[in-house]
Amino acid sequence: MALANVHGTSSAKGPAIDLSNDIEFRAVTKRYGAVTAVAGIDLAVPKGAFVALLGPSGCGKTTCLRMIGGFEQPTEGIVLIENRPMNGVPPYQRPVNMVFQHYALFPHLDVLANVSYGLRQMRPAIARAEILRRSEEALELVRLGGYAKRRIHELSGGQQQRVALARAIVNRPAVLLLDEPLAALDRKLRTAMQFELQTLQRELGITFLLVTHDQEEALSMSDFVCVMHAGRVAQTGTPREVYDAPASLFVADFVGKTNHIAGVVEPGGVFRLANGAALAAGGSATGSAAAVLRPEAIRLHPDLQGEGLAGTVTHRIFLGSTVEYAVAADGLGEFLVTADRGKTDQTAAPGDRVRLSFDPAALHLFPAGTAQS
Amino acid sequence: MRAFVTAVYLFLYAPIALVVLFSFNAGRNASEFTGFSVEWYGKAFTNTFLVQALQNSLIIAFVSAALAAIFGTMAAIAIERMSDRARLVFDGLFAAAIVVPGVVIGIATLVALVTVLGWVNPIIAGVWPGESPPRVGLGYFSVIAAHGLFTMAVVTMIVRARIAGLGRDIVEASGDLYATPFGTFRQIVLPQILPSIVAGFLLAFTFSFDDFIVAFFVSGSKTTLPMYVFASIRRGVTPEVNAVATSVLVASLFLILGAHFLMRPRSSKPVEG
Repeated sequence: MALANVHGTSSAKGPAIDLSNDIEFRAVTKRYGAVTAVAGIDLAVPKGAFVALLGPSGCGKTTCLRMIGGFEQPTEGIVLIENRPMNGVPPYQRPVNMVFQHYALFPHLDVLANVSYGLRQMRPAIARAEILRRSEEALELVRLGGYAKRRIHELSGGQQQRVALARAIVNRPAVLLLDEPLAALDRKLRTAMQFELQTLQRELGITFLLVTHDQEEALSMSDFVCVMHAGRVAQTGTPREVYDAPASLFVADFVGKTNHIAGVVEPGGVFRLANGAALAAGGSATGSAAAVLRPEAIRLHPDLQGEGLAGTVTHRIFLGSTVEYAVAADGLGEFLVTADRGKTDQTAAPGDRVRLSFDPAALHLFPAGTAQS
Repeated sequence: MRAFVTAVYLFLYAPIALVVLFSFNAGRNASEFTGFSVEWYGKAFTNTFLVQALQNSLIIAFVSAALAAIFGTMAAIAIERMSDRARLVFDGLFAAAIVVPGVVIGIATLVALVTVLGWVNPIIAGVWPGESPPRVGLGYFSVIAAHGLFTMAVVTMIVRARIAGLGRDIVEASGDLYATPFGTFRQIVLPQILPSIVAGFLLAFTFSFDDFIVAFFVSGSKTTLPMYVFASIRRGVTPEVNAVATSVLVASLFLILGAHFLMRPRSSKPVEG
C-alpha cells in the first residue's frame, strides 16, 4: 500500500524517478522476545530518491535501517536491496553504506585511512593509486580537502560528520543509510549540513535513506517522507502531502504544530464545536470527531465583527519574520496562531480581544478515538 | 595524621630500601654497612645454582605469560559476545581467580596435576613402543600450567576493560564497509586492544616471575628464583641475596611501569563541537 502510494505520487509531484526500487520491505516484522519493534511493514524506496523515515523514538525506524544494513535480521518478511532478497546476507556483502549516529570513525586511523577503509576491503583488490584518488575525491566532495593526514580526535564534530559521510559515499553504494546524522550537531551546523546533504545527493544520484525524529529535518531534505508510529507506517508521501493532508491525528500531531478542536459532526456537513459554533465539514461520517488546524492557517483580526471565533491573546512570541500567538478562544481552549509578517496582523498584544478566522478547507477532521492509529 | 602517614610509608618501604642498600655492601655482614661495592652482584650472577634458577624463572614466566596473553585475550573477546547474564557470571569467575590465595591455587593445582598424571602416565606406558616409556612429572610444564591459569585471569580482566570501551558501532561500521569478521578483528579490534594485551603480558610475566607459593607446590625438582632465594636465606641473609632481590625488584618495577604506561587512558575520545 505504501509502495503504491510512493509511486503514485512520484509521477504527480515528486521529481522524475526511475520506477525500480532500491529498497523494498515486504511484510517485514521484527520482534525482540515479546516486544514487536516493527510490525509487518511494506515499504519501497525508489531509485535515486531521498527518503526520510520519520517517527518518535521507539517507532521502529532505526530497526528498519539496521535490517537494511544487515545488523538485524527480520523475524518475518523479506528485505530487498536492488530487487535481491537480503535475508541472511551479512553486512559486508550488502551494497549499502551507513553513516552512524555517532559517526563510528576508527580512532586509531587517520582521516584518509578511515575514508579509504571500504575500498581497501574490496576483492579483487583495487590499485593503491586508484584508492588514493577516489578517497581524496570523496574528501573534496565533503570539503575536507587538506585533512587527509589529520587524526580523528583532532577534528570538530562537524568535520567528523563529514569524514563519516566521505567514508560511506567513497564506495558508491546503491543506497546511503543515514542514522540521525545531524542529531549531534548544533543548530547552525545542522542547517548547513541539510543543504549539503541535499546537494550531495543530487550530485551523486545515490539513493539516500534518512532516519530521523526531527520533522523539520525530514520535511526539508527528502523527496518522500515515511512517517512511522509504533512499528507501522502511518503515512507515506511527499513532505507537502504529509504536512497538508495528514492521514491521521498522529501524523498531524507529529509533523508540524497543530491545534486540536473537539466537536461533533452533525448530519448535513456541520461540525459543531463545544461552544456551539458551527463550521462546514466535508465527508459523510457523523459523530464525535477531532479536527486539526495548522497555526499558520489561522488569521488574526483586531476587529471582532465578522466570521470566526472570538478570543483573548494570552502569549506572544516574537520569532523574527513571524510572531507566534497563544489565543484563548471563548469556550474552546487555547489556539496557537502563527502570524506571518505582511499577511496578517502582528500588533495584537497579550490581553487584547481578537477574532480568529480560517478557511474551512484547512480543517482536517478525524473520527474520535483514532489518535493512536 | 601526617606523622602517622609518614610512619606507615616508612614501615612499608624502609626494609626494601635497606635490602637495596645492603646489596651494595662491601662487607659480608648483612646488618653492618662497611663500604660501597657491586661485588655481590658479580658473585650472585656467577653462582651457577642461582643462574639456573633465574633461567628457570625466565622460561616459566615467558611461556606462561605468552599463553596467558593468548588465551586471556580469546576469553575476553568471547565474554564480550555473551549474553548479559553469562557475562556477569564469567566476569565474576575471572575476578575470583585473581583473589584466590596462592596457597589454595598451589594445593589445588598440585592435587589436580598428580591425579591427571596418575591417569596419563600408565596410558603413555601402555602405548609406548620402546623399553622405557617417558614419565610426565612435575617441572616446567606444571609451573607454567599453574601460573598460566591464574595470570590468564589478569590478562582477561585488562583486555576486557579495553574491549568494553571500544563500542559496538565501530565493529558494525567495519562490517558495513565490507570487512569480513576476521578482517574487522585484524584491522579494527586488534590494533586497539594490542596495548592492553601487552600490558597484560607484562603483568602476567611479573606475577609469574615473582611467585613463590604456587611454584613451591608444583615445581617438582625445578627451582625458580624466588625458591632459590627462600632456600638460601636459611643459610643466613647474605649481601648476595640482597643483590638478587634488588635485581628482581628493579626488573619487576620496569615491567609494571611498562604495563601501566600501556594501560593509560588514551586521548581518542571525539571532540565535541
